[in-house]
Amino acid sequence: MKKIIHYLRPYIPLMCLGLTIKFIGTIMDLALPWILSYIIDDVVPRGSKTGIFLWGGAMILCAAVSIVGNISANRIAAKVSRNTTERIRHDLFARTMRLSCSQSDRFTLPSLISRLTSDTYNVHHMFSMMQRLGVRAPILLVGGICVTITLEPVLTLVLVAVLPLLALVVWLVSRHVIPLYTLVQNAIDKIVRKVQENITGVRVIKALSKSDYERARFDEINKDAVKREQRAGMVTNITSPVMNLLLNGGLTAVIVVGAFRVNAGLTQPGKIIAFLSYFTIILNAMMMVTRIFVNLSKGTASARRIAEVLEAEPDLAVTERNHVNNGYHIEFDNVTFSYNKTEPNISGLSFGLKRGQTLGIIGATGSGKTTIVSLLMRFYDPDSGVVRIDGDDIRGIPDDELRSRFGVVLQNDFLMADTILENIRFGRDISDEDIIRAAEVAQADAFIREKEDGYNYVLTGMGTNLSGGQKQRLLIARALAGNPEILILDDSSSALDYKTDAALRSALRRSCEGVTKVIIAQRVSSIRSADLIIMLDDGQVIGMGTHSELMKNCESYREIAEAQMGDGME
Amino acid sequence: MNKNSKFDTASIRRAVDAQKGVKAPKKYLIGRLWKYLYHYKWLLLLAAVLTISSNLFSLVGPTLSGRAIDAIELGKGKVDFSTVFFYASLMICFYILSSVMSYVLSIIMIKLSRSVVYRMRRDVFDRLTRLPVSFFDRHQTGEIISIISYDIDTINASLSTDLLHIATSLITVVGSLVMMLTICPPLVLVFTVTIPASILFTRYMSKRVRPLYRKRSIKLGELNGYIEEITSGLKTIKAYNREDVMINRFDEHNLDAVDAYFETEYYGRVTGPSVNFINNISLALVSVFGSLLYLAGGISLGDISSFVLYSRKFSGPINEFANIISELQSAFAAAERVFRLMDELPEPEDAPDALTLTDVRGDVRFDHVTFGYENGKTILRDLNFTADSGKLIAIVGPTGAGKTTIINLLMRFYDINEGSITVDGHDIRDVTRASLRRAYTMVLQDTWLFHGTIFENIAYGKDGATLAEVEAAAKAAKIDGYIKRLPNGYNTVLSDNGVNISKGQKQLLTIARAMLIDSKMLILDEATSNVDTQTERKIQAAMRSMMQGKTCFVIAHRLSTIRDADLILVMRDGQIVETGTHDSLIAANGFYASLYRSQFDREEDLKAVQ
Repeated sequence: MKKIIHYLRPYIPLMCLGLTIKFIGTIMDLALPWILSYIIDDVVPRGSKTGIFLWGGAMILCAAVSIVGNISANRIAAKVSRNTTERIRHDLFARTMRLSCSQSDRFTLPSLISRLTSDTYNVHHMFSMMQRLGVRAPILLVGGICVTITLEPVLTLVLVAVLPLLALVVWLVSRHVIPLYTLVQNAIDKIVRKVQENITGVRVIKALSKSDYERARFDEINKDAVKREQRAGMVTNITSPVMNLLLNGGLTAVIVVGAFRVNAGLTQPGKIIAFLSYFTIILNAMMMVTRIFVNLSKGTASARRIAEVLEAEPDLAVTERNHVNNGYHIEFDNVTFSYNKTEPNISGLSFGLKRGQTLGIIGATGSGKTTIVSLLMRFYDPDSGVVRIDGDDIRGIPDDELRSRFGVVLQNDFLMADTILENIRFGRDISDEDIIRAAEVAQADAFIREKEDGYNYVLTGMGTNLSGGQKQRLLIARALAGNPEILILDDSSSALDYKTDAALRSALRRSCEGVTKVIIAQRVSSIRSADLIIMLDDGQVIGMGTHSELMKNCESYREIAEAQMGDGME
Repeated sequence: MNKNSKFDTASIRRAVDAQKGVKAPKKYLIGRLWKYLYHYKWLLLLAAVLTISSNLFSLVGPTLSGRAIDAIELGKGKVDFSTVFFYASLMICFYILSSVMSYVLSIIMIKLSRSVVYRMRRDVFDRLTRLPVSFFDRHQTGEIISIISYDIDTINASLSTDLLHIATSLITVVGSLVMMLTICPPLVLVFTVTIPASILFTRYMSKRVRPLYRKRSIKLGELNGYIEEITSGLKTIKAYNREDVMINRFDEHNLDAVDAYFETEYYGRVTGPSVNFINNISLALVSVFGSLLYLAGGISLGDISSFVLYSRKFSGPINEFANIISELQSAFAAAERVFRLMDELPEPEDAPDALTLTDVRGDVRFDHVTFGYENGKTILRDLNFTADSGKLIAIVGPTGAGKTTIINLLMRFYDINEGSITVDGHDIRDVTRASLRRAYTMVLQDTWLFHGTIFENIAYGKDGATLAEVEAAAKAAKIDGYIKRLPNGYNTVLSDNGVNISKGQKQLLTIARAMLIDSKMLILDEATSNVDTQTERKIQAAMRSMMQGKTCFVIAHRLSTIRDADLILVMRDGQIVETGTHDSLIAANGFYASLYRSQFDREEDLKAVQ
């Protein structure tokens, strides 16, 4: 919460201005009945028409100041909450983009989405509400108490004695309510996830006729969310009746104490009557405070969820440069890594690759092929061992510098609802010519030109209007367009037919001579000509060398190669 | 049949209007919102009764304290303590009662509003599950999420509380008006100027504000859409170091969203002070005219003061009214979006006399089928082929040739434009979708797993599958070993990214899922594209037995895997250019032969290197 309040700091002068204007407006508003009673009590009995018009005019003036003051104060308040929310949301998004992979795994995507949307919205609402009601209530409260003190200090003390109790109630309730609203937001996360799942899996769900089942699952989540919302609401709403009760109890005490004082001749009954009418004002102010409070607890729960992300420590810190002269472009030195820190997913991996060489990685599903890429790109840090690029431990290279060296196609890669051109450019400073050249190498140019708008053809979200092979070629074009030092293709030609795949490979060979390549593949033919081939099994290297070496020394490799070669012939 | 899924011509027209962006009339919105509230009419009525009685109750308090003060008023030494204590204890009892009542009221209100939220979310989700696949190809996930979370919440934030406020305000307004008329009718004339002014102004403002709220909903939806899209690509963005660019783009969406909020807040909050201003003016007028009237001898001083008191009581609710009306606009704008989604046309109902496919043999026939996703753009042209029961049909061709489209048509995710597709001689448009789709088992290249245990994911296609069955399927799909090594085995929850699982393993899980389903027809769209050759060979036997006796449609690039196919459809640019068996196609020396040879050449080339 402190973190979020911090965002208001630059606007303190503006807020003060707004609050002052609001203060003046509110005072004007409160002055109106006072003038009115003055007219009736003092001016009218004198029978002065000019007096009546004069004070009537004063009322209109007050009303005018009040409207101008209130509107402009609202404007300032709206502006402050707008700017604050803009910055919070910006920072939250920026932080989200820079979370390490293990951190975003931990938060989970649906939760990050709802933090960015529903939680920032709640905070926006809280800021604007607080500024709107936060002035009037205290003015009325303090003003009411001041007036009652001048009337009857002892009776006021009786009433004020209730205030600590009120504070206690607010404190107790808010302690219980904020965690409840956190639970509510967690339930919203689940709703987001279920909707998301159902949209991405629409074909499977329909194919298996599981719509009823999905509806039932959503119903559970929905019921759970509603239950939590109700629980939070029920606790929050205790505040208002309890406060009412306490204040009215105080009022009764005032009457009883008043009775004794009148009886002792210390005060007049008239004062008690006046006291009671001001008490109504105080009561109204307290009601406003409860409304603020409800909003505040919901906003606080959201603010905490936002702060959790903002305060997540950058866990892949950049260490000092650590250079070794080894002559390798890429080097893995005895690297071991495990996702869940129990069983290693990669153990004791060592290899070196010179600039311009090609590394082929092959192995069974789940054997750790992609993990190597994740470690090389520093999505995760190895548990032990060192990954070096150009002799530098990659932990000593700033992320932007490190990643600017790569061109990469990941599994399940990401396409945006944008033009083909923009999807290849991907926000980088790359000329159209370079993009077209990259698309040509990636064997994508031909199919792109067949689209009605060519490179300006707009993809749907996730690229659902392209075939699997078209998507992969587009992604390869993206990887090539930045003229990377290192090209990583993670099983990125699996949807290509052999002819296109072969054409792609020879085009890559021709145009990316100085580029170090890391290619993960299922087909031996895709990596056959690599300078170094690693055969993985269950995180262990079971073969390493060139194709012909592996054909000689590695039985599993030979089996695969022969099986696949046999594929092509009778 | 569910009542909701039936739709009459009016709702079709509305849906068509909605797609054209025609704004829904307010009356229609109110009517529809009322339906949700009406469902809880008893709760609503109870709430109204409680509100009114607690309002009346609030008049009792002052009376009691008045009595107590009367007893005090006797003065020094003469205070009637027993009376004071009597009324003081009455007051305490009364306040306790009133607090309990107001708490009960607030619980009822929460219950009411949450029940409405529950129904709305359910109805929206219900519609989502009935929409055709094409809807999801056109709409961003994040925007749909925004409707089900933000818009529904907005409707409720105002709807339930505001309605009650309006009801109680009306009572106060009418009561005060009656009182004022009895005191001094001429002075009421002042209000004939100011009340219409308030009403006109409120109406004017609400008309101006509603499009702003509409914009706010839209912009927030767009922001959510962007967030949802980008977070799905976090890793890629990191890999390309494009965080800053994405943040800059985000900033534009963010700016739009906060600006839209700012505008609604600013303009929405003009109404309150303005109406308050009009009220204040009328107060000034009442004082001036009242005083003049008094000087002219038309009214007593006491009457002026009561009149003023009532007029203030009167203006309070009017003021509130104006605020509420402006807030209701946000509910209307949100409701428009919610109802528009609910009004999206679902997959057309099965024909009333639609057949339920049972005992499927699996004879599939494409007869002069023509199809395009968009009007005027034909993807498949005059497609003809027959797949007899138990045969293996392979579909090959370069990427983008329309192979996946055939699957969309087989499963009736899309309806064809011309021609007919039949299963066992029935046109698939004459059978129920559910039974048609259940007749197939489908394994797609894009695997889909949901947040749930591995057991649930594998058992997804078969109700009541036992652990033994699931384990057997997983063993056949060669994924059992991996699952057993996970900390919780089959009970491991597959979260978004939490469990480290490769794409190939996901494919194996979906294959295991398919193995549990017993249907007569099978669709394999690059089902093993990310599975390594060794594993693929290991699961081959299991795949074969799964395909045994079923009509299979297989899309594959590894031409070797389809060599045994009974029929190979060679596609190119939406046309079937060749059909036949492997041998006959090779003999014909056409497009297939050249595709095959290119693969063959590569391997030949490879041999030469050795």
